[in-house]
Amino acid sequence: MVIRVFPLVILFFCIGTVSIFGQEADLEESMLRGEMVYMDFCVTCHLEDGKGVANTFPPLAQSDYLKNNREASIRGIKYGQQGEMVVNGVTYNNVMAPMGLDDSEIADVMNYILNSWGNWSDHFVTTDEVARVEK
Amino acid sequence: MKNSVFLIFSSLIFFYSSCAQDPENQVDDVTNTPFQAELLIDEMQIPWGMTFLPDGSMLVTEKSGEIIHFKNGTKTQIEGVPKVYARGQGGLLDIEAHPNYSENGWIYISYASEQGDEKGGNTALMRAKLQGNSLVDSEVLYKATPNTTKGQHFGSRIVFDNDGYLFLSIGERGDRDTNPQDITRDGGKIYRFNADGSIPKDNPFVNESGAKTAIYSYGHRNPQGLAKHPETGEIWDNEHGPRGGDEINIVKPGANYGWPVITYGINYSGTPITDETEKEGMEQPIHYWLPSIAPSGMAFVSTDTYKGYKGSILVGSLKFQYLERLVLDGNKVAKREKLMPEIGRVRDVKEGPDGLIYVAVEGKGIYKLVPNN
Repeated sequence: MVIRVFPLVILFFCIGTVSIFGQEADLEESMLRGEMVYMDFCVTCHLEDGKGVANTFPPLAQSDYLKNNREASIRGIKYGQQGEMVVNGVTYNNVMAPMGLDDSEIADVMNYILNSWGNWSDHFVTTDEVARVEK
Repeated sequence: MKNSVFLIFSSLIFFYSSCAQDPENQVDDVTNTPFQAELLIDEMQIPWGMTFLPDGSMLVTEKSGEIIHFKNGTKTQIEGVPKVYARGQGGLLDIEAHPNYSENGWIYISYASEQGDEKGGNTALMRAKLQGNSLVDSEVLYKATPNTTKGQHFGSRIVFDNDGYLFLSIGERGDRDTNPQDITRDGGKIYRFNADGSIPKDNPFVNESGAKTAIYSYGHRNPQGLAKHPETGEIWDNEHGPRGGDEINIVKPGANYGWPVITYGINYSGTPITDETEKEGMEQPIHYWLPSIAPSGMAFVSTDTYKGYKGSILVGSLKFQYLERLVLDGNKVAKREKLMPEIGRVRDVKEGPDGLIYVAVEGKGIYKLVPNN
């Protein structure tokens, strides 16, 4: 009995490890693509360090809004955002035009900003997740 | 030894900083302005460009791809607008009526276009006539190539000079090492056309083999302000630098404005692009901004409508969200003032045929500056 179960345990263990490593590799690749999107479309306002511009462009680094409003953040990138929003206790009232990114680019840039500058997210943004977000 | 190195180093810094302009980089707050800002057209998202028609109405572009006709206090959406490539900084951009609009009816529009075989887009210039609420007789006059999916630097301001030539700016499309210094490629240039889109015979590069002959000047980064000086008739531009180094230049035929070989700016990351700020054969700006204000739109005040403003330049600041007034002493900036503080991202500013100043603000709309009595 023990002998029969043992290989199964090993097998499950291996599958588990592969999928964890697989996901990490996926995340890393997505973040690399996301960094390119970020440097093209986002950096002029949110800046390289993700800190934004005080009272004008909200920070992404250590941002409570980004951490707590995953779907709204995706929606903002996908369809644009206008009006008041509170980030880390500061009220911003500005316009971010929709950038014209496709869903996979939005997933990549979300993975980049969710996992940079001390930010950390325990689940990966997929293209499907972005596709499901409606206006 | 350490001390002497320090001394040499600090005196070098002092030497270099004393060569550069410095007082101009202070912007002054103003308590009394000779105007009140009145929101004339409300509920706009990104009003990118505007122009005035002889009947007192206005045409305003929305970057997302709409044109609004504002007449007698009512907004009408215009039909027949070109399909735009709305990605990053691209979309429906500037609009300008021909100086003899009442005779020929031509309206010029710049926009990001997907026309062509490659994926992506690049800046295009078209003209059309307004018939009722529709654009008709549309003609594409120029389309920059190649297309790219990069989101930056479409340029796109349109202005006419006193001889009826049309000037158009096109930014370097996020490819600074390839485009701005190469006159056989589009991007990072200011172009000059005849009003029908043909190329003037005396454009500076018409005899250069392989050159894009519409080019008038090159070595630009992303000019989003073009204006005609009311007295000299020269075309002036302002353009975004990277981090620091936004510039005002006087546009001269065949001149090279240096990007990215010389610049007063640095990369967004803080790393240097080059340590050179001047070079023989490359133009120095009239003014550069440190830090960047992210300038967009440009207008000269040509009348006495606003007390003390005649002869100064107005520029929108996208980054710091105010309207800047630059007081000139000849071709030098003598003083800078912050008008309309915290109004929002100022995208465009124009002097109307009525001598009043109109200011396009993102998330708000078009403000009219009503002079104090």
